[in-house]
Amino acid sequence: MIPEDVLLLLNNLTIFTLAILVGFAVISKVPATLHTPLMSGANSIHGIVLVGAMLIAAEVNDPIGYVLAFIAVAFATMNVVGGYVVTDRMLQMFRKKPAAPKPAEADAEA
Amino acid sequence: MDTLGSIEVAVRVAWLAGAVAFVIGLIRMNSPATARNGNLLSAGGMALAIGATAVLILARQLLGEGFSATGWVIILLGVALGGGLGLWTARTVKMTAMPQLVSLFNAVGGGAAALIAIEDYLRLASLGEPVRLDHNVFIVLDIVIGSITFTGSLIASGKLQGLIPGKPIMIPGGERGRLALAVITLIAAVALFVTGTPNVALMLVILAAGLIFGVTMTLPIGGADMPVVISLLNSFTGTAVAMAGFVIDNPVLIIAGALVGAAGAILTKLMADAMNRSVINIMVGGFGGGEGVIGEAATGGTVRSIGVDDVAIQLAYAQSVIVVPGYGLAVAQAQHAVRELADLLEERGVDVKYAIHPVAGRMPGHMNVLLAEANVPYPQLKEMEDINPEFPRADVALVIGANDVTNPAARRPGSPVSGMPILDVDQAKSIVVIKRSMGRGYAGIDNELYSNEKTGMLFADAKQGLSDLVAAVKAL
Repeated sequence: MIPEDVLLLLNNLTIFTLAILVGFAVISKVPATLHTPLMSGANSIHGIVLVGAMLIAAEVNDPIGYVLAFIAVAFATMNVVGGYVVTDRMLQMFRKKPAAPKPAEADAEA
Repeated sequence: MDTLGSIEVAVRVAWLAGAVAFVIGLIRMNSPATARNGNLLSAGGMALAIGATAVLILARQLLGEGFSATGWVIILLGVALGGGLGLWTARTVKMTAMPQLVSLFNAVGGGAAALIAIEDYLRLASLGEPVRLDHNVFIVLDIVIGSITFTGSLIASGKLQGLIPGKPIMIPGGERGRLALAVITLIAAVALFVTGTPNVALMLVILAAGLIFGVTMTLPIGGADMPVVISLLNSFTGTAVAMAGFVIDNPVLIIAGALVGAAGAILTKLMADAMNRSVINIMVGGFGGGEGVIGEAATGGTVRSIGVDDVAIQLAYAQSVIVVPGYGLAVAQAQHAVRELADLLEERGVDVKYAIHPVAGRMPGHMNVLLAEANVPYPQLKEMEDINPEFPRADVALVIGANDVTNPAARRPGSPVSGMPILDVDQAKSIVVIKRSMGRGYAGIDNELYSNEKTGMLFADAKQGLSDLVAAVKAL
């Protein structure tokens, strides 16, 4: 019989391992063109740490804890908001010419 | 199941949905056409996960332990401050300064992950109960990785911003110092693991060692190597967040952190491979002078200097021109000038394409962003494998601020750049290189391309040289 805490650890390790494999599989297919936006996008995803910071902040009950929790929440929010906004700014530029493309260009593409 | 139980279940489902959005978002970032949509999907998943967490906290308080105003004040103030700063910097940053901003966001993410472990440890210490071994291990890993990535990313960001000199700063006895820090951390960690009783002093020793390690690890690395370091630190932060997920038993932190950890690791390897260097080499090396390195004049072969008007004529009467932009173009912020020249040439019926080396710019794909910002349509941006077969058919290859990625010496063994994939610029019918001086590139060797008989050197700053070319082509 596996104790409950060991079972929880095993579950977490399973999730961790599979998520790493998914990460490898998904990322290795991205073309070099998008590497910078990808790095920035991945950077925003680890802003999920905000969820942890909020859960901790709701439970602290001493001055040191308040300060640390405040910094953690502020840091994590900056990571999330800034990360997604700057990634979107980059990606919004990746589009074909807004003005009507010249026929010569279309030929060159074909 | 009571109400609170049902809400807990719903929140966990929302977290799962968020994790799915992250994965699908990353998949959609495979192609420029769906990338923006993918990022928005990922952001939506994030909003859902964060919103669900707020609901969970509120439900736990109202249906259980009682409402805590202080906690909410902390959360709302933190969100307002961090969100405001993040939004403002992300909106106002210039695209050339983007790598240092990504590094800054990476730093605060790593810092937040470390703080979670620190807080959890302080809570356990106040209870005074022994800490389970696995819990202890994850706390220590979170603090170590999070603190290294915090200071390391800040230093990397400062170097790219120019606040700290970009050249490698060698710390006397640096390697021994870092080894000592690692040993101290290891001893303190083992002491914590073996006794199991919470010891805040030892935890602070580990934290301090990590913070110092991050600084000493990044300072000796040259500015040109920073992209690889940022990518590596991005991977570290992901791992730290996953460790924080283990500490507070939160699956969505584990999934998202592991995803990013894998992403950063792959990117780091891709970048290091493209520069023909190993990650270890870069971390231990401390060379890679970065921008502004002016070497001695090239030897072995004569170099032909060429004037602006000659280049303008060559370009204007060519059928096809391939532009090879590099680090120098990014530093000179000449991306708008190059687009202007390309537009002018296209109006004259010249076929213009851009050859993008995987490591052109300051981060992989950075050149694509800079050119996209200058409104260059992305179908014109060709990756190395696609453009290399086209060089023999190109009338003119215009090399702007790119050096090592065009050096034919890479095809032979025995050179520092040997084996590095390069753009086959030397196969074009004619080659024009815009460069400030005969300075060497990042690898510190002479570029044989410059002494090629087909090559004309236009000695100028990238931006100035391009503006002069635009004026000269217009005058034709």
